[in-house]
Amino acid sequence: MKTIVLILTLAALLPLPAWATLQVVACEPEWAALASEIGGDRLQASSATTARQDPHRIEARPSLIARVRNADLLICTGLELETGWLPILLQQSGNSRVMPGQPGYLEAGLQVPRLEVHAQVDRSQGDVHSAGNPHIQLDPRNIARVAEALTRRLIELDPAQAAHYRARHEDFARRWQAALERWETRGAPLRGLAVVEHHRNMSYLLHWLGMNSVATLEPKPGVEPSAAHLAHLTRQLQAQPARLVLRAAYQDGRASQWLAEHTGTRAVVLPFTVGGSERARDLFSLFDETLDLLLDAAR
Amino acid sequence: MTRLTRAVAPMLLATLSASAQAANDADLAAIRDQIETLKHSYEQRIAALEARLAQAETQAAASAPLPADTGSASTYAAASNPAMLHAGPAPANGFNPEISLTLQGRYKNMKDVAERRISGFASASHDHATNGVEGFSRRGFSVDHTELSLAANIDPYWRGQAIFAVLDGETEVEEAWFQSLGLDHGLGLKAGRYLSGIGYLNEKHPHAWDFADAPLMYQALFGEHGSYAQDGLQVKWLAPTPVFLEFGAEIGRGANFPGSDRNSNDGGSHALFAHVGDDLGDSHSWRAGLSYLRTRARERESHFEDLNGMEAQGAFTGKSTTWIADFVWKWAPDGNPKYRNFTFQSEYFLRREQGDLSCRDEEGIGNLCAGDMTGDYHTRQSGGYVQGVYQFTPNWRAGLRYERLDSGNQDLGANNATLTIDHYRPRRATAMVDYSWSEFSRVRLQYAQDKSMRGLTDNQITLQYIMSLGAHGAHKF
Repeated sequence: MKTIVLILTLAALLPLPAWATLQVVACEPEWAALASEIGGDRLQASSATTARQDPHRIEARPSLIARVRNADLLICTGLELETGWLPILLQQSGNSRVMPGQPGYLEAGLQVPRLEVHAQVDRSQGDVHSAGNPHIQLDPRNIARVAEALTRRLIELDPAQAAHYRARHEDFARRWQAALERWETRGAPLRGLAVVEHHRNMSYLLHWLGMNSVATLEPKPGVEPSAAHLAHLTRQLQAQPARLVLRAAYQDGRASQWLAEHTGTRAVVLPFTVGGSERARDLFSLFDETLDLLLDAAR
Repeated sequence: MTRLTRAVAPMLLATLSASAQAANDADLAAIRDQIETLKHSYEQRIAALEARLAQAETQAAASAPLPADTGSASTYAAASNPAMLHAGPAPANGFNPEISLTLQGRYKNMKDVAERRISGFASASHDHATNGVEGFSRRGFSVDHTELSLAANIDPYWRGQAIFAVLDGETEVEEAWFQSLGLDHGLGLKAGRYLSGIGYLNEKHPHAWDFADAPLMYQALFGEHGSYAQDGLQVKWLAPTPVFLEFGAEIGRGANFPGSDRNSNDGGSHALFAHVGDDLGDSHSWRAGLSYLRTRARERESHFEDLNGMEAQGAFTGKSTTWIADFVWKWAPDGNPKYRNFTFQSEYFLRREQGDLSCRDEEGIGNLCAGDMTGDYHTRQSGGYVQGVYQFTPNWRAGLRYERLDSGNQDLGANNATLTIDHYRPRRATAMVDYSWSEFSRVRLQYAQDKSMRGLTDNQITLQYIMSLGAHGAHKF
């Protein structure tokens, strides 16, 4: 019994030194990457999902509950994207600091202007989010907006490091603005390009670059492509052609391959978030590669 | 809206009236028409403006404030007000609880058995009105109870949930609890009626089961419901370790099988459990647990047969202790379970019961217990199941389950001379395949070879549907 108590006490004490640096848990890899950009070595950021995982659908794994328990800041896209698993992590973690409404919880989706906000939702429409399309990270202007909110939040949680966070944010914002101008110049030829999406998760990217989504491989959001729907798409694309079929790294490629073979489109896999490809190691390379892939395929 | 037009129109009329005297009737009519047009156009423009204003207001409320001054702490103080940060479009019904309804029903083809019970195991007493035929053991078409769930955050400190099981003419409160949101340091508190945290499957409701019925083990341990519910208090503590390590303790009324309702100030049921879990790379994750449940029973009724094969009633008074070991391992390529995933799950239990058993002849049929024989009662029984479920496309899953129980040692003391001791090893093998249109609708076809009753091999075919309406909560690991 004594040894058990001793082990438990040790277990309770051991991670304490680690709390000196802020523990940031992100629901999606892009926010973990952003936290590292702004926090540098003053925080430790990890992501609950990877670019190979569908952020709508992961398991509320025990390891994630343990991570949320030790988090000082939880940053998530929100907008109902994580409803399938995040509530469990919050309820099971015994960490009131990261509950919605607390300074330790930041909902990135609320920091940006949202697309596809539905006044009326019904499950017959598939997996729709009434608060708007949650896949906000592929518009780099949104990254800049979330970066501002995140900086303010980090300063509130860790005021001793305020100058550090402010300086790093200033530096990041300057580099990001320069990159943004570069991307927009490079992306100009993509304006008006017609594309097909797998799931409606590229809306912010298309909106930013002025591209045009003519159809989705999913008959309804969250419903996997069916043979009947693909056949319908081939007919639709004859009348209204598209150049590219876009999908994220975590999405099954068979439907877009099939459509590419049966219509004059090209299938393109975008990294979608940090870690979605060999090259997309951080936020800058994520957009560099996304533009390269789009421009290359549209040529 | 019309206030402005009402003010504008008379003014215009007044200005025009002077000249109108000189004008002829035709002119007057033309002017009237013009005013009418003017009025109409104003009304339209004002309506449009008002609509735009309302829209702008909603949007301003919906999007979070984005003060330009990033560095200023005072700007941020305003923005950190939770009400502003999380102000979505918030009509009054935004405070309504999340409501969800589960529709479940089945067609079941199996042998006609008067009273189904697991041979060699004391069963929870049946409701005589339904003649022991509860939903799971009903033949032909049937609708399971409809599950209605209401849940909401009560305030920043507590969350509450109630789950009602509705069946013809009766409503049962399956769960009704509140849970802490405001505690820190890994602590969690739950109070009310809740499904106990022991074992793995116990906390899951039937709609989340991988097979159409609960494992035999759960039916033997906790009766027809296939899960153990407490009226009481639960405390959990999650250790601050990188590995998931959770401890829990419960104290409760203990009115449910294997305990019984007692008129007492003491808690009739105590439970302890510990869970440990982690990931192995991106693709594998697991959880293991060990649980202990101790309940007290007074005059807990169950069915026996006397040595002549006549029905007898036994009333048990004493304590029942149960140990459960559980293990779950889940695999999904890259941790993305959408397209393919596999779950292996196994639980094993060991139960000891100790106390007195009174043997009775309640129906006066002249069995050997006519004079109320009371004797010692000691049992030590065990059992478990293993199962694997493979999801091979986003819509299809298939699973196998094998179960085996052991009636173990049963010493009835003085009643060894009156009652038959049923030594048996119940077994069941089950195969299922299910199809889900979405995460809210599922149909399942299941075949089971059930040898849980002595001398009977029952081949059971079940066709089941599970439909979830409304705000369907997240599922546990």
